[in-house]
Amino acid sequence: MKHQLSLQIGPVAFRIGSAWRAPIDALARLYAGYPEPERVCDFTVRLEPEQPWRRWIRPSVAIQGDYILPDAAPMSLAHGLLAAEMGMNLQMALGQKTHLLLHAASVEKDGRALILTGESGAGKSTLAALLGERGWRLMGDEFALLGLQDGRLRAFPRAVSLKNGAIAVMENEVAPERFGPRLDGTPKGAIRHMRPNRLALEAMADPARPVLILFPRFGEAAAARAVGQAEVFMRLTQASTNYVSLGAAGFDALTGLVGGCPAAAIDYPDTTSAIDMVEELWAQAA
Amino acid sequence: MTGARYAADPEECVRSVALDGLWLLFHKPSGMTHIVAPPAPQILEALRLGPADAGEILARMRAWYDLEGDDAADAVEARLEELEAAGLVRRS
Repeated sequence: MKHQLSLQIGPVAFRIGSAWRAPIDALARLYAGYPEPERVCDFTVRLEPEQPWRRWIRPSVAIQGDYILPDAAPMSLAHGLLAAEMGMNLQMALGQKTHLLLHAASVEKDGRALILTGESGAGKSTLAALLGERGWRLMGDEFALLGLQDGRLRAFPRAVSLKNGAIAVMENEVAPERFGPRLDGTPKGAIRHMRPNRLALEAMADPARPVLILFPRFGEAAAARAVGQAEVFMRLTQASTNYVSLGAAGFDALTGLVGGCPAAAIDYPDTTSAIDMVEELWAQAA
Repeated sequence: MTGARYAADPEECVRSVALDGLWLLFHKPSGMTHIVAPPAPQILEALRLGPADAGEILARMRAWYDLEGDDAADAVEARLEELEAAGLVRRS
């Protein structure tokens, strides 16, 4: 590819190639300070013109790579950075075989990990990003990687994808140089990526033992309830993109996680009350 | 009591983990995960001794567990049909 960049994010090495310079430059700025892979990359993402001539005329980006979605809609070049991020997510979701991949955010403190999972829009990214600025290490806002052999969690601290109202929340907390450009008019509304802080990057190779699972839900009065293990298991199979393909290894890893961690669902009206609830439940679990 | 005889896959074909009073079963031949409630796991346990009909299964279970109520036989029959539909037991 004409322009390319290699990135090590947690245990995964990516190579991103692009027919255009702009998305690679934007990625390089956003991922400043990430290590370069020291081995062959696990996944390749390619941003290519949908039709060859569309590199020049009203450019439109198609996401290609080791794993592709055949009917993924091409995106405008202005959203090339988002296309690269989506391409990296796609490679992980479809190609990850060494870890049980949970669609969840995670943060770490004292070698122990808190897993935040829930539907899109539940606020797990924002909550994890905030905790990452307030004494916790952000392990990742999108995917939690559970080791199949040791049951420990690996960090996957790619840039946090902030959407709509969460953008201003984090702009109040974090220095401007850690943000990518604001992308308006994407399929999910406004999106702005945020680089995790130095602690998250320096410790990205350090695993953590999961000790608490939370299912946050934004927009309700503050409340917490314990969630039974069978329900947690069922929800996490739904939150995993590779549970079925891993077979017995995935079953063993997930039952081990669920059997060893208390879990609670928390409703919260604002981020302050959410963080208070998280800290309180964490103190109980620890 | 005689009726349809059922068989289950051998123990090494099913991984079983109890959580919260429910059982998670991973059926290796199909790659399917099942969440089942008692007495389904106990029925599978009884079938490990070999194919049996509902009456024999109930007798095996009574040797291991205190079963209450008169409708245990109906419950076993109903669970066997569900386990058959799920692919965890088959008629032999």
